Amino acid sequence: MTTPVSTSAHTSPSKQVLRQALNHRGVLFGAFVVFAIIFIAIFAPMLAPHDPYEQILSRKLIPPVWFDSPKTTWDHILGTDHLGRDYLSRLIYGARISLMIGFSAMLISGVIGTTLGVCAGYFGGRVDNVINFVITTRLSMPVVLVALAVVSLMGSSLTVVIWVLGLLIWDRFAVVMRSATQQVRGLDFVASAEALGSTTRRILFVEVLPNILNHFIVIATLEMAHAILLEAALSFLGLGVQPPDPSWGLMISEAKGLMFFDGWLIAIPGTALFLLILAINLLGDGIRDVTAPENRN
Amino acid sequence: MIAFFIKRLVTALLVVLTVSAMTFSMTFLTGDPAIAVAGENATQADIVRIREYYGYDRPIPVQFMSWLGRAAQGDFGQSLYLNQPVSIEIFARLKTTMTLGLSALIFALVLAIPLGVVAAIRPNSLLDRFALTVAVVGQAMPSFWFALTMMLWFGINWRILPVSGTDTWAHFVMPSIALGYFITPGVMRLTRAGMLEVLRSDYIRTARAKGASGFSILFKHALRNAIIPVVSLAAVQFGFMLGGSIVIETIFAVNGLGFLAWESIQRADLPMMQAIVLVLSVFYIMLTFLADVLNAWLDPRIRIS
Repeated sequence: MTTPVSTSAHTSPSKQVLRQALNHRGVLFGAFVVFAIIFIAIFAPMLAPHDPYEQILSRKLIPPVWFDSPKTTWDHILGTDHLGRDYLSRLIYGARISLMIGFSAMLISGVIGTTLGVCAGYFGGRVDNVINFVITTRLSMPVVLVALAVVSLMGSSLTVVIWVLGLLIWDRFAVVMRSATQQVRGLDFVASAEALGSTTRRILFVEVLPNILNHFIVIATLEMAHAILLEAALSFLGLGVQPPDPSWGLMISEAKGLMFFDGWLIAIPGTALFLLILAINLLGDGIRDVTAPENRN
Repeated sequence: MIAFFIKRLVTALLVVLTVSAMTFSMTFLTGDPAIAVAGENATQADIVRIREYYGYDRPIPVQFMSWLGRAAQGDFGQSLYLNQPVSIEIFARLKTTMTLGLSALIFALVLAIPLGVVAAIRPNSLLDRFALTVAVVGQAMPSFWFALTMMLWFGINWRILPVSGTDTWAHFVMPSIALGYFITPGVMRLTRAGMLEVLRSDYIRTARAKGASGFSILFKHALRNAIIPVVSLAAVQFGFMLGGSIVIETIFAVNGLGFLAWESIQRADLPMMQAIVLVLSVFYIMLTFLADVLNAWLDPRIRIS
């Protein structure tokens, strides 16, 4: 054929994906917000204007600076809570807890779900049946309820919350990795690796895993958002992060009784939570659009 | 069809058995359940008495079988706090949660299906973009924060709706929206995808060619086929909603199963917690089973593969 060679033929596939990503509004916005919040979390001690634990009862419930109140001060840009703690500082330190729980729980569930999904998809047959059964069983248990019950029985701490969430939310990883592996398994390069006598382990790690990495990244972002939302809900119900540690869910919970007088107390941490989840979801959706658009919906 | 039905039923029963075993094992999560039940100030003699009274001294498989046997008959034991059978309290509260779950589901479907259809008729139009925005925002909104914000505006600032309790239908409006809003994105996306696919199909072109009206094509030919996957998604999401209603029920003081679960967690009432987890799981398993059977009945391709 004599069709003119398109410019994309010269660039590598990864460069193409990167170029598409940089033109994708969702990816740009999501990445910007996520990286900004990661940056804030890492440099929290330098960025926070006050100690997030320091209580000054004489300075409690100062509204944010944009409120028309004689109490507002630029010393507390977002005001102070019911114990006189600087709200901005607590918000900044709260980002650490959200990200840490989200990331750790996502890693645990990612390892479990990917192992199950890849085994089910690659080996098929009886292995697939058993793993499918495990997934169905997990799906039939109500996540929030089981997480609350287990955390209340074990006593809540950061470690317990991370492990309970990680052990509960691997289902989507398993489902998606299973079907992705099934697709890759039927491709020629896997068959040729088998014909060459590669060990199963080598086929799984060298041929299969790198080719389903994009699906992993997409689910990883969505599950991280899921874990952060669950942690916030757990903390909100008093069974997640314990006071005086700052968590966005806990901040909303602590302000619950005062929200009728000072609505900003729940509006600020709620907006932070909403923005973070929105950004992570947009990033995940965007990565899927760019790397595997056929899997939309 | 019968082979499919039996195979699916056996799987469902096995899942129920596994879930029961996992729920039962919660008893031993803290180590010795007798010490947990006895509380902090108990003497050794108290602990021994409790261990014998509740049968914690028997082998674990024996305990499990007797627990399962009684649970199958609707007997989940005595509540540690309320001093009455767990099942009485659970069935008293189940109705409220079902009412909340169903009205949340209806709200979600009434919002999501028309949005999905409209988005599919005019892909990439302003309405499609709007529907997509609703979906993206809905997925990112923490349900408890959404619930509190609604409470603040509709309950306190404008005083349109009551903020807590279950006395009238108006009490269910905000909890249903808060609970249902979370599942609208999924239903909407699936309706849109299904409609897009169906509208491209040959039989829709045939219907157009024979001169059927736009309305008839959309609702008689297209939506009826596009809605099939939505039915099973709705069943699954309904199950998830009942499990997730604990947050919403706690906020609005809706006296249902979720609220009972939260109260039981506060009171360390383990038999009650186990029974609620089991009842909700079994309900979910039943829903998915029915959805699968319904789907296989509607779509012969499923039961053959």
